[in-house]
Amino acid sequence: MNKHKTSSFTGVMVLLILLIVVMFFVTLGTGVINISPQEVIRTLLGSGTDRQELVLFEFRLPRIVLALLIGTGLAVSGAILQSITQNDLAEPGILGINTGAGFAVVLFIFFLQDSIGSVFSVLIMPLFALLGALLAALLIYVLAWKNGVNPIRLVLVGIGINAGFSAALVILQLKMNPQDFRQATVWLSGDIWNANWTFVLALLPWILILVPYALQKSNTLNVLNFGDDIAEGLGSKVESDRRVLLIIAVALAGASVAAGGAIAFLGLVVPHITRRIIGPLHQYTIPISALMGGLLLMVSDTIGKNLLTPMEIPVGIVVAILSTPYFIYLLIREK
Amino acid sequence: MLSIIQQSKFLKLMIVILTIIVLVFSIGLSVSLGAADIHLSIIWQAVFNFNDNVTSHQVIQELRLPRALAAVMTGAFLAVSGAVMQGLTRNSLASPSIMGVTNGAAFALVLVMAFYPAVSNFGMTLASFAGAGVTVILIFMIGSISPGGLTPVKLALAGVAIGTLLSSLSSVIALHFQLEKQLGFWMAGGLAGTDWASIQVLLISGAVGMLIALMISKSMTVLNLGEDVAAGLGQNNIVIKIMGIITVLLLTGAAVSVAGAIGFIGLIIPHMTRFIMGTDYRWIIPVSALFGALLLVLSDVVSRLINAPYETPVGAITSLIGVPFFLYLARGSSGGDKK
Repeated sequence: MNKHKTSSFTGVMVLLILLIVVMFFVTLGTGVINISPQEVIRTLLGSGTDRQELVLFEFRLPRIVLALLIGTGLAVSGAILQSITQNDLAEPGILGINTGAGFAVVLFIFFLQDSIGSVFSVLIMPLFALLGALLAALLIYVLAWKNGVNPIRLVLVGIGINAGFSAALVILQLKMNPQDFRQATVWLSGDIWNANWTFVLALLPWILILVPYALQKSNTLNVLNFGDDIAEGLGSKVESDRRVLLIIAVALAGASVAAGGAIAFLGLVVPHITRRIIGPLHQYTIPISALMGGLLLMVSDTIGKNLLTPMEIPVGIVVAILSTPYFIYLLIREK
Repeated sequence: MLSIIQQSKFLKLMIVILTIIVLVFSIGLSVSLGAADIHLSIIWQAVFNFNDNVTSHQVIQELRLPRALAAVMTGAFLAVSGAVMQGLTRNSLASPSIMGVTNGAAFALVLVMAFYPAVSNFGMTLASFAGAGVTVILIFMIGSISPGGLTPVKLALAGVAIGTLLSSLSSVIALHFQLEKQLGFWMAGGLAGTDWASIQVLLISGAVGMLIALMISKSMTVLNLGEDVAAGLGQNNIVIKIMGIITVLLLTGAAVSVAGAIGFIGLIIPHMTRFIMGTDYRWIIPVSALFGALLLVLSDVVSRLINAPYETPVGAITSLIGVPFFLYLARGSSGGDKK
């Protein structure tokens, strides 16, 4: 669009990438075993000690990559949801899509995990999460439908669906054996401590396909963002566009939740900050939200990992503490 | 049919008496069901002709009876808190659990457990009162400084946000001081641990709270005509609101400190009561108390039976009952406007 915005877009992108690179090295080097930046680089180039290689390649690197991917998925999902619902407060966590995905994953752990091999089950978990997320989204959409979907009704219905799935989760969890129970609890609080390359591989295709697709749909999102009347006037098939994009947002959230557990509020806050920096055009907001989401989740995970060592705070909790004050601020400002 | 009930004092009284009878039977049911089923006649003996040497009498006196009574009072208090909140804000979604009040109480409890581990039961109760109180005030503040006022959606979202923030902070403190187990136990919401000491707490603060609620019930009916109308009729709305907030504090604080997080009772019951009894708060308050008590006693029975011999948190049961109702209300609200 105009030249000023384009140049600031490039500037912000470069800044974010720089920050990610810096944080990447900081995060790689910190933990129970500290490794200096020079040693990190040396190890990455293949000349570190066995111990350093093990820590970096098998534990820290997959975790960082996973955090980046999950953050990206949730932030882009939030950006899409906010535009198609024309509601600044929409987000996969608040709408209950995360809990829906969580419910499906816990069902999976409960009934099927033992009958499917472990590597294969990691790959198939995103599919289950996706099914759960779609189910939640469908429920919300159908229940909020009353001569069209009113954005506020959508959010309220989402809060209800969220509470329902949470209650069902509690009941289901109590029927589990202790080991499954622990796995489900840790996973539900939004945690990526169990990261390994299989999880990365399971999530990567979702992000690589869906984020560019959303970016390509930027113009549709721009139009939907104006509101139904204007969108229809501009010739957009509002309901069908909205449905396709809803499915994309839900798929992104579902896959991210499958890998990282239920992390709420990230998908809400990141698109907001992005719009404040760069304006409302999705050609800009989607890539920047993607980077910022990844960065925020990586930083949150590092904080959670190191603040109370040797205890780890689940990343979902860190994200909530960092972002709910901003949410409340938004709520106060809103008319 | 409903309008006939709403106009007839006799029919309303009949409903009250009928509910009381059903409630008494439910309490009997609650006391008799459990790991060892106990016959109703033995319950009668245990209450009115207590014998120290009979095991089942002791089980009834020390475990089952306090639990059933706690369910009665907690249910009643949460329902009345909800009724008062809805009456004061004229907001159909106002209720203790939606507004994150329980998370506030939990947060205060965790703080106290972390920094004053030697705290007495009474101290913990005080802490949960304080936590619940601060949260209520926070949410009302958010409502009053934001330009649109306390719309239902804003209230619900503020509740979700503050609830999430406080429960996240609680988790971090619990992790650091290794209190996860206690916190998890408390957050699950349940009546399993209730004893006569908790009954005392409930009785004292509950009696005061219920008294104030009844005192302002007439004024709340007037308030629902609109603040201007109420002021025109010579009513001091500020005083009523302050008294109302004190009621909510006393009742929610007591309920939450004894039973933990039990959701949706404060939301559903006042709606049902209004639906049956009409808009007069002199009826809504006492009948909400009865209905709330009945719902929680029955939910507690279900929570013990659904996955026996394990207990399911009663909060999960009330949520499952409450969610469809919440969805129904959410569908009815067309936007941020008060209706």
